[in-house]
Amino acid sequence: MNGVEDITIIGVGQTAIEREKPADTFADMAYEAVTKALDDAGMSIDDIDNIVTTSNDFWDGRTISSMAVNDAVGAGLGKNITTVEGDGTFSAFYGMCRILSGSYKNSLIVTHVKGSISDNIHITNGIFDPIYMRPIGLDSLNTAALQMRRYMAKYGISEEQCAKVSVKNHANALKNPYAQIKKTFTLEDVMDSRLIADPLKLLDCSPISDGAAAVIISGEESAKKHKNAVKVRGVGYCADAYFLGDRDLADANALDMAASRAYESAEIVDPLSEIDVAEVYDAFSYMELMWYEGLGFCAPGGGGKLIDRGVTEMDGKLPVNPSGGLLSGHPVITGGLIRLIEACLQVRGDAGDHQVKGVKTALAHGVNGACGQSHCVWIVGR
Amino acid sequence: MTNQGVDLLTINSGEAEQPFCYTVGLEGSKFLTEIRDNKRFVGIKCPKCGKVYVPPRKVCGPCFTEMTEWVPVKDEGYLHSYTILRFAFLDPETGKEKPVPYGYAFIRLDGADTDFQHYVEIKDEKKVKIGARVRAVFEEKRAGKITDVKHFVVID
Amino acid sequence: MAKEKTAIVATGQTHHRSSRLDVNGIELIHEAVTRCLEDGELTIDDIDAVVIGNMDHFEGINYVDTWSIDGSGAFMKPIIKVTTGGTTGSTVGHCGYHLVASGMFDKVLAIGWEKNSESDTTAAITTAFDPIWDRLVFAGAISGLAVEAMAYMVKYGATEKDAARVAVRDRKHATNNPYAQLRKEVSIEDVMNSPMLSDPIKLLDVCPRTDGACAVVFASEQYAEKICDRPAWIHGISAKHPYNYLGDYDWEDRLPSMQMASKELYAKAGIKEPLKEIDVMELYLPYSCAGLSWIEALGLCGPGQAPKLLWDGVTDMGGELPINPSGGVIATNCIGATALLRISEAAVQVMGRGGKRQVPDVNTALASGFGGCFWSDVTLLKSTKPK
Ligand SMILES: [Zn+2]
Repeated sequence: MNGVEDITIIGVGQTAIEREKPADTFADMAYEAVTKALDDAGMSIDDIDNIVTTSNDFWDGRTISSMAVNDAVGAGLGKNITTVEGDGTFSAFYGMCRILSGSYKNSLIVTHVKGSISDNIHITNGIFDPIYMRPIGLDSLNTAALQMRRYMAKYGISEEQCAKVSVKNHANALKNPYAQIKKTFTLEDVMDSRLIADPLKLLDCSPISDGAAAVIISGEESAKKHKNAVKVRGVGYCADAYFLGDRDLADANALDMAASRAYESAEIVDPLSEIDVAEVYDAFSYMELMWYEGLGFCAPGGGGKLIDRGVTEMDGKLPVNPSGGLLSGHPVITGGLIRLIEACLQVRGDAGDHQVKGVKTALAHGVNGACGQSHCVWIVGR
Repeated sequence: MTNQGVDLLTINSGEAEQPFCYTVGLEGSKFLTEIRDNKRFVGIKCPKCGKVYVPPRKVCGPCFTEMTEWVPVKDEGYLHSYTILRFAFLDPETGKEKPVPYGYAFIRLDGADTDFQHYVEIKDEKKVKIGARVRAVFEEKRAGKITDVKHFVVID
Repeated sequence: MAKEKTAIVATGQTHHRSSRLDVNGIELIHEAVTRCLEDGELTIDDIDAVVIGNMDHFEGINYVDTWSIDGSGAFMKPIIKVTTGGTTGSTVGHCGYHLVASGMFDKVLAIGWEKNSESDTTAAITTAFDPIWDRLVFAGAISGLAVEAMAYMVKYGATEKDAARVAVRDRKHATNNPYAQLRKEVSIEDVMNSPMLSDPIKLLDVCPRTDGACAVVFASEQYAEKICDRPAWIHGISAKHPYNYLGDYDWEDRLPSMQMASKELYAKAGIKEPLKEIDVMELYLPYSCAGLSWIEALGLCGPGQAPKLLWDGVTDMGGELPINPSGGVIATNCIGATALLRISEAAVQVMGRGGKRQVPDVNTALASGFGGCFWSDVTLLKSTKPK
């Protein structure tokens, strides 16, 4: 054990995920998420002694993007504050460490993004090296297509198997009040949807979204008895090589490593049996299958069979993305923190219509970089 | 430049641009439409500390409290502080060099408790001083942007 | 107090230049990391996790954490990016501290870097500010600082000459630092006669723009003394970022965020008389006048009294409290690295590895960071272990 047994998550809040929130500035969205998390925890801002905001300068069109939300998250009260640039699962990890270091009692983690205000292609082209990769027009869509093809070729995964993830997650989203896309799609709908970058089709891709989320992580002894108390059992994160050509894009080695670290701390040896529900970063349908493998739910190449056998359906052995996942709403940066929030709600039994029965242990997963270069894995439980 | 016999290259980002469509939000939109339609400034008042914010926004940071009370603010005030920009730099909004010199002013409008940033006219530099009274000059054609105010002029 | 006592055990930095065309960003980072590992006689295998920071719009790289892997050494390791504008370097340092103090990692590599030659610095900084309300008139850091200097000088009667004294000090100190970018002394007259950029700030009052990187290793108690015979123990940190609109700022109030941060830090560390109890300071002073009003905010003297302190030589090498033996920010400003360089230089002073820029017998050192919307970070390092 490394001290995480003293950590609980006692408050969560998220805005509705929408294609566009024209009335809300970054600060307005962040304030809504923070207020909801405080209400959920039964706390006031006075109970918070430090803040970790999470934002991305490219998506926000503003360097020091965090500056836009400081007033709305309590920094104006003179609380210590910092900012992580990347997915919210990583900032939640840092928020936890700020407690474990003995410096603070209660960390407020906030994430925001407005995908609606910019051009996704321009923004994600900026992930790539300006000398070798950017000029040839790489972006999140066409590199995902490269990865999907490589994954299918190496392990004999079919487009239909990938499409099944989209069908499943969209069906789950119907029961999530925060989801952006709430529509039933058949396998044919996904297979017949517009080709984006061969073999990636429109319904294999997550949408552009606006949204904010917040969680409150506590190290106080009293928090363990809080009505919402969800215990942190393990967290791990890890990054793979940057240049796409330096990796075999079909394998999720960094996720494997991140998960191992989280499982070691949580003393999980057989994730498929010991985890009751998982919220994973399904930015694209095929990714969910790859992440099953990286997370050790099956052997490398086994993702297709797992979805075929219905293991990850709502009534399967290990339901994955009961919230509908990112395929039903993908505010970048916020995406992983919502996975953590959903995992907490499942553990608490507060997930409403998309609640999985008898959840004791839940997994949440976030990603940074192109083609799943860097991963963060959380295990939370009762 | 060369180093160890190698030409050291750079690659220019050239015409690359990142277009954005920034959200003004509810409070900011009301503020800018008041200027556009009525050449009037409005502020928003914190129910807790009583501070009037210009430009308006939803949350008073130091109180962490939502604000909803609108109050009128005059188009006159004083220079809280200022500088005169004299060096050339690229304007990221246009990609072109910004014309200098210009007066960069923090204006405390009558009725407000925070400063509004805008140009102050510097035709007569001697008159531009901390504490000097200034008044807004509005553009004839207004579009719901901060540039609907042309600049502020010293009226002392 | 901290779960794990944490110290800085190794530091490394590039030789800073206005432009480094011989290396790209990743290679620049690698240079600082390599020097840091050498300083601690470590290899990358000894490092458990990495934290990195810069400001995106200077180089236009999205997701610098994942981009930098080849330079940072984070391949198949945990890496996180933190960034808060000018304070990025101290934000990075504070993150390195928390990651070790938490007990999650024993040895964490913290990296700050910037290649300011790759863009127009003022244009990039201008994009840090609100596109609706700030950007029309704001002109980068210099414009905001000029407005602050104007307000301070008018209220307290300080002069441009008083401010110039700060630039003269830092540029003189920089001649002792082999890594500094500007290593030529300047006189009061030189500063006063340099071109006016933005009233009352002149060319020699402000920092240059720099390509450079800095890396620091934080280690837990179990490893600290094995790696370094005189580690620089972290005794306290504070980060106050209370504003987000420039128009809300109290221009005459002498950096309220620094007053809040230093007050909190001194209370944590039991410091009552900073001028007497602290042996050296490495401060993020991006322009001369900051060396007046901000040291008042740090409690070194009362409001308006800083000019006297400066002219009396109190903050010079050999004075009661030397400030910026490295030459500070006026001599070198690779922005994302700058505040980490302050922490690194403070650690170097505690470790006694400062060479020509070493202040004798340093037991207590303070480093500061500045950035964003007049935000302040502070870090206190000592040669003794925290209790
Ligand atoms: Zn208030």
